[in-house]
Amino acid sequence: MCKPRLAVFKFASCDGCQLSLLDAEDHLLAVADAVEIVYFPEATSHMEEGPYDIALVEGSITTPHDAERIQQIRKDARYLMTIGACATAGGIQALRNWADKDEFMQAVYATPDYIQVLETSTPIAEHVQVDFELRGCPINQYQLIEVIRSLLAGQTPRTPRHSVCLDCKRRGTVCVTVAQGTACLGPVTQSGCHALCPSYNRGCYGCFGPALQANLVSLSAQMEREGASKAEIAHKLKNFNAYAPAFRTESTRLVQLEGDQRG
Amino acid sequence: MTERKIKVETLTRVEGEGGLYVRLQGEQVQEVRLEIYEPPRLFEAILRGRPLEDAPDITARICGICPVAYQMSSVHAMEMALGVEITPEIRRLRRLLYCGEWIESHGLHMHLLHAPDFLGFESGLAMAKQFPDEVNRGLRLKKHGNQLVDLLGGRAIHPVNVCVGGFYRIPSRNEFQKLVPDFEWGLNAAIETTRWVAGFEYPELESDCEFVSLSHPDEYPMNEGVMQTSSGDQIEISDYREEFQEQQVPHSTALHAIRKTTGRPYLLGPLSRVNLNRDRLSPSARQLADEIAFEPECRNPHRAIIARGLELVHSYEEALQILRDEHSTKQPRMTYEYQAGVGMSATEAPRGTLFHRYEIDAEGKIVEADIIPPTSQNQAQIEVDLKAWVRQVIEKEESQVARLCENLVRAYDPCISCSTHFLNVTIERS
Repeated sequence: MCKPRLAVFKFASCDGCQLSLLDAEDHLLAVADAVEIVYFPEATSHMEEGPYDIALVEGSITTPHDAERIQQIRKDARYLMTIGACATAGGIQALRNWADKDEFMQAVYATPDYIQVLETSTPIAEHVQVDFELRGCPINQYQLIEVIRSLLAGQTPRTPRHSVCLDCKRRGTVCVTVAQGTACLGPVTQSGCHALCPSYNRGCYGCFGPALQANLVSLSAQMEREGASKAEIAHKLKNFNAYAPAFRTESTRLVQLEGDQRG
Repeated sequence: MTERKIKVETLTRVEGEGGLYVRLQGEQVQEVRLEIYEPPRLFEAILRGRPLEDAPDITARICGICPVAYQMSSVHAMEMALGVEITPEIRRLRRLLYCGEWIESHGLHMHLLHAPDFLGFESGLAMAKQFPDEVNRGLRLKKHGNQLVDLLGGRAIHPVNVCVGGFYRIPSRNEFQKLVPDFEWGLNAAIETTRWVAGFEYPELESDCEFVSLSHPDEYPMNEGVMQTSSGDQIEISDYREEFQEQQVPHSTALHAIRKTTGRPYLLGPLSRVNLNRDRLSPSARQLADEIAFEPECRNPHRAIIARGLELVHSYEEALQILRDEHSTKQPRMTYEYQAGVGMSATEAPRGTLFHRYEIDAEGKIVEADIIPPTSQNQAQIEVDLKAWVRQVIEKEESQVARLCENLVRAYDPCISCSTHFLNVTIERS
C-alpha cells in the first residue's frame, strides 16, 4: 500500500511550528515511517511535486507571490491543515493590519521599493478552504501528532476548545488573577498549552487565540474594574492572535469606546 | 564564451526561505547572490509603542529555533536602559538557558541538517536507516536541549519564563537535579558526536574572512563581553552601530552588513567563537579540540560543524555544573522603575552575535527598536566564500555545482526567518 504523502509549506512565520514536528524527537522516526515526507524543505532536500495527501501550512499571507502560491498548494492537497497562529490568525505580523504598511516598511528598510508586500497579513482561510486549523504560537507537538494520526485514520481531528482556566483548575494552579491580581487572558483563550503561563506565575497572553464561546466583553469589564484602561486591555488582545475574529472585534470595540469617551 | 546560470530555487535544510543564483562567464564567476525571499515581518516597526515588557515575548517570535537568543538580547538591553543590575544567580541561570538553546540548535543542525551532506543523504530522516545510532543519538541530544529550555523557559519554542529583570519563577532544586543523569550521558554522547563529525571528509576551502564574536575575559562568550575580531580589534557593544553597518541590497529582503573601517564583510558564529575563545572552552571541550587536532584558526567554513560539536560539549559541561550547583535562587527577578533611556546588548545566538538596541520613554514604552540578527550580518561573507567555492568547483556540471553550493550555505546554518529584515540556487554561465 502506498503511504500517505505529507508536505510542509511555509509562509510568513518563524519556522517554530514546523520545528514542532522535528521536536517530536521520540515520535519523529515513527511519523517519518507512517507517511512519506515528500516536501519539507526545512528537513529534507528531497522535494516532490503534488498531489499531496496532507499539506501542513505554516505562516500567514503577506506578499502577492504568497497569495498566488497558496492557491496551487490548495489544488495539490487533499487535506490542507494550517499550523500555528500565523496561518490561522495572521500572526504577530498582522499588527500591520491596523497600521500604514508603507510607514512600517520605511521604518525598517532604507529602500522599501525593492520589496513587495501586501497591506495586510491574513490567515490562510481568508484565501483558500482549510480542512483543519491547529492553533498555538507555537502549536503543541502532541496535538500535531494527534491530528496527523486522525487524518491518516480517516477521522475528523479533535482538539479541545475550552478555555485555559479549566486547565489551571485541573493542574491545581492557583488563579493568578484572584490570588495576585495579575491580568490574565486565560478565561478567553483556548486550551492547548496545558495552562503554562499561570504555572510560571504570569498571566496568559493568549498564544492559542480565542476559546469557543469566549466572553471578551465580560473579561474586559473585569479588567477595567481591576484598574486596567481600555487601551491597555486592547493592547493585550493585539498580540500573536490579534487578527482572530473574537480578539479583533473586542480590541476594536475598546479602542472605539475610548475614542468616544475622549470625545 | 558561454554564459551559464545556475539557480537553486529553494535552499533546503535551513531555517526559513531563500535561494541562490550564480552567473558564470566561461571559467569566470561573474556573480553570486544569496537571495533571501522570506517575507519581511517588520518586527522593529511592530515593537514601537508597546510596553518594554513585550520585547522578550515578541522578539522570540522572530525565530522558532533560537528564541532564547532574542529573549536574552532584549532583556539585557532593557535592563541597561532601566539601570537594572541582575544578581549573579540570575546571570548563571540565563547562561543555563542559553546552554539549552545551543544544545537544541547545534544538535539539530549537526545531525538532521548538516551531517547528511557529508554522508550523501537528502535528510537526517533518510540517513537514519544506515546510521540509526548516530541519528537517534542526535535526536536525544536535541531533546535534552529542549528539556532544559522547557524547564527553565516554560516551553522549548517561545519560552514564557524570561522577563526583564530575571525570571517569573525559578524551578526547584529537585527539578534541576532530575536532569543531571541525562546530561551526564549527553556530555559523553556530545564528545562521541564531535569525534564522529571530525572524521568526515572535508573539501578544502580557505576563507579570508575576519572572525568576529563576543569575548569575555574568563568565560566562553554567551551573554556578555566585547566584540573581539581576528584582526585584533576590541569593540564595546555601545559602539556596535559605529563599527558594523547594514546595507540594503536589491536581491534580498535581508540587509547586508560590513565593517565600517575596512568596508569588508565579516563572519560570526561557532567558527569565529571557537577561533577567538578556544582557551575559554570547558576543560572537556578544550581537551577534545586538541585530541581531534582542530586547527588553532580554522578558516574552512565546511568545518564549522566541528566547532558546533565543541560548543555542544562545552554547553553540556557548563550546564551540568550549574544543574548540580543550583540551590534554587531566592530572588527570581529584580524590580525596576520606568525611566526614559537607551539600552543595547549583544549575545551569542547559536549562529552568531545578535544585537538589540531600544529607546524607551518615561512610561516604559518602546520608542525605537533596532535588531541585527547574525544571518544578515553573515550574508555578505557567505557570498564571498561562495564565490571562492564556485571557482574551485566550476568545471563540474550545473546540478553538482548547485548541490555543492547548497552544502556550503548549510555549513553556516543560516537562520533565514531571523535575517529578514533570506534562499533558491540559480547559476548562470555565459
